[in-house]
Amino acid sequence: MADDNCIQTRDLVKDYSLGQQRVRALNHVTLNFVCGEFCGVVGPSGSGKTTLLNIMGSLDSPTSGRAIVLDRDIASLTHKEAAQLRNHHFGFIFQTFNLLPVYSVFENVEFPLLLLGYPASERKKMVLEALEWVKLTDKEKARPNQLSGGESQRVAVARAIVKKPKIVFADEPTANLDAQNSRHILNIMQSLNRQLQTTFIFSTHDEKVIQFLRRVVTLEDGRVTDDRVIENSGSES
Amino acid sequence: MIRFLLKGLLRDRSRSFFPILIVSAGVALTVILYSYFNGVEIDAIRNYAVFATGHVKAMSRAYAEQAELIPNDLALLGVDSLMQDLETNYPQVRWTGRIRFGGLLDIPDENNETRIQGPVTGLAVDLFSVDTPEIDFLGLHRSLVQGKLPQSPGEVLIAEEYAGQLGLSAGSRVTLVSATMNGSLALENFLIAGTVRFGMAAMDRSAMIADIGDIRLALDMEDAAGEILGFFSDEIYKDEDAMAIAAEFNQAAPTDDEFAPVMYALSEQSDLRGMLQQTDSVIGMINGVFIAVMAMVLWNAGLMGTIRRYGEIGVRLAMGENKGSVYRSLILEALMIGFVGSLLGTAIGLGFAYLLQSKGIDAAGMMKSSNVMMSNVLRARITAGSFFVGFLPGLLAILLGTGLSGLSVYKRQTSQLFKELEV
Ligand SMILES: Nc1ncnc2c1ncn2[C@@H]1O[C@H](COP(=O)(O)OP(=O)(O)OP(=O)(O)O)[C@@H](O)[C@H]1O
Ligand SMILES: [Mg+2]
Repeated sequence: MADDNCIQTRDLVKDYSLGQQRVRALNHVTLNFVCGEFCGVVGPSGSGKTTLLNIMGSLDSPTSGRAIVLDRDIASLTHKEAAQLRNHHFGFIFQTFNLLPVYSVFENVEFPLLLLGYPASERKKMVLEALEWVKLTDKEKARPNQLSGGESQRVAVARAIVKKPKIVFADEPTANLDAQNSRHILNIMQSLNRQLQTTFIFSTHDEKVIQFLRRVVTLEDGRVTDDRVIENSGSES
Repeated sequence: MIRFLLKGLLRDRSRSFFPILIVSAGVALTVILYSYFNGVEIDAIRNYAVFATGHVKAMSRAYAEQAELIPNDLALLGVDSLMQDLETNYPQVRWTGRIRFGGLLDIPDENNETRIQGPVTGLAVDLFSVDTPEIDFLGLHRSLVQGKLPQSPGEVLIAEEYAGQLGLSAGSRVTLVSATMNGSLALENFLIAGTVRFGMAAMDRSAMIADIGDIRLALDMEDAAGEILGFFSDEIYKDEDAMAIAAEFNQAAPTDDEFAPVMYALSEQSDLRGMLQQTDSVIGMINGVFIAVMAMVLWNAGLMGTIRRYGEIGVRLAMGENKGSVYRSLILEALMIGFVGSLLGTAIGLGFAYLLQSKGIDAAGMMKSSNVMMSNVLRARITAGSFFVGFLPGLLAILLGTGLSGLSVYKRQTSQLFKELEV
């Protein structure tokens, strides 16, 4: 496994202002992620997990401190550069799936490739391959409202990984799924992590997810209170 | 990408249906109103030209100065040679001499005593030459109500409405009481060959149509004519050409002789030019109002649409589309919607305009006392312009509406769009 640095944060601080009040969502977070990790950020609700993922995913910028992702300083990126970075190297999976309702499964998965300007024939090949990974080739023509929650999230996984990004950010990907579907999704992500060396960073408070992780970072009140590698996880490295 | 947007538009009715509806309604109204004003304008130009001004008109300088008084003592003389000159110099124009006259109609009873008298406005035109264009110009066949067109000297036409008032019909005899060119009393008997209705209050009130030969005799106007009218042979008025002909003609005319002929284009006579400009500015104003109202409605619809689509927009941003490209895609969608809406609206508008063109709106009541040469039945007229006028306002309105509502994509933080999609 490659162990070059993928993500480094240094004294990352994020403040939100709520009217007169200031809420500190991240409080001097310093973390290191190497490429190929399968890592979770856990912690109680409101501890800053989503905020951390959003900043590392270049969807938000820090108040102070630095986040270096794939050798780029997130805070210094323009909107366009951030979009480029996401476009080429990041995949996102959300708690609420967020498939585009008017488009078919195939088209949803195809969309990131359209943005990257792949030719149609290549797109088709890549989409079918991604649907193969999540075992949904038979649903390529279905619309999101015809899918179960588990299937929807598998489509979202396919959409996140179809362009073979370096990093996938998954914000509570199993929160809306039952145990069986959660396990199914995690198995898929784990094998992708192994086959494609994709880095996975989760936020979760789901015990089932934690079982699969090889590293767990714990946030409380915006601070890292624990960071440990789990030897006996569901995956063998 | 365009295919991708198109699919979204087609599948998500709420994204396309309402905006298309608004755009096509606005565009349809624009097309209808445009065609309608167009029709009124074309009708007015035609009526003015045919009954009053020609496309160009020559008169003596003195006659022109008081034309509304019909000063026949100032009429053009030597008309035959003047007409020949005009025909050689301007072969693209058909020339025809006319005499306007006023007077009284005296209607006798069976004892040849005066039964009733009424004022009359007369128009003397060439009715009997083999190749006279006047029958066509005035639409006499079309306008004939009873009797027939005059066949031989001494026969005249009279407005149907006026005939009714005076108790006249085809076959009645009348005496015209008027003044000769030299100012002495003129009395002439005529046989009413038929009655006409032009569908235009100004002409139907008290008009008489006579042959110019008869009137020359009656009014002592040998080889004279009050006015010589010229019509382009395709019967379509072209202002620049008409002005050019008039200017060229006037340049050659002596300036010190008040009986020398001078020529005027249609737009230089009457209040028509003002009227045309007025319709143009009314059309412009209506367009402006439509664009503003449509844009406002579409702005609102666009705002609701964008809010509904925050999820989609958030996901697209997350996948690496930049804000500019999302904004542009919203504009592109708007253009497609605007185009379809304009197309649809134009089709609907043309449909209604066609109805208005073939059926018309009866405005007889409005025209009762009017001296304006406007037909009682106002018809729309579909011209090439009718096919295009709607597109600019349609596209402009939806571009404005979407452009404004789409700005919310820029105003929001990327992560904020996400928060809204996390609920
Ligand atoms: N846009 C915002 N404006 C103000 N405060 C915010 C905003 N977003 C997050 N916060 C605050 O920042 C803190 C961290 O929020 P965050 O969403 O990162 O928590 P989380 O760990 O993801 O929680 P959960 O497990 O419930 O998803 C919370 O106290 C939250 O109220
Ligand atoms: Mg969260």
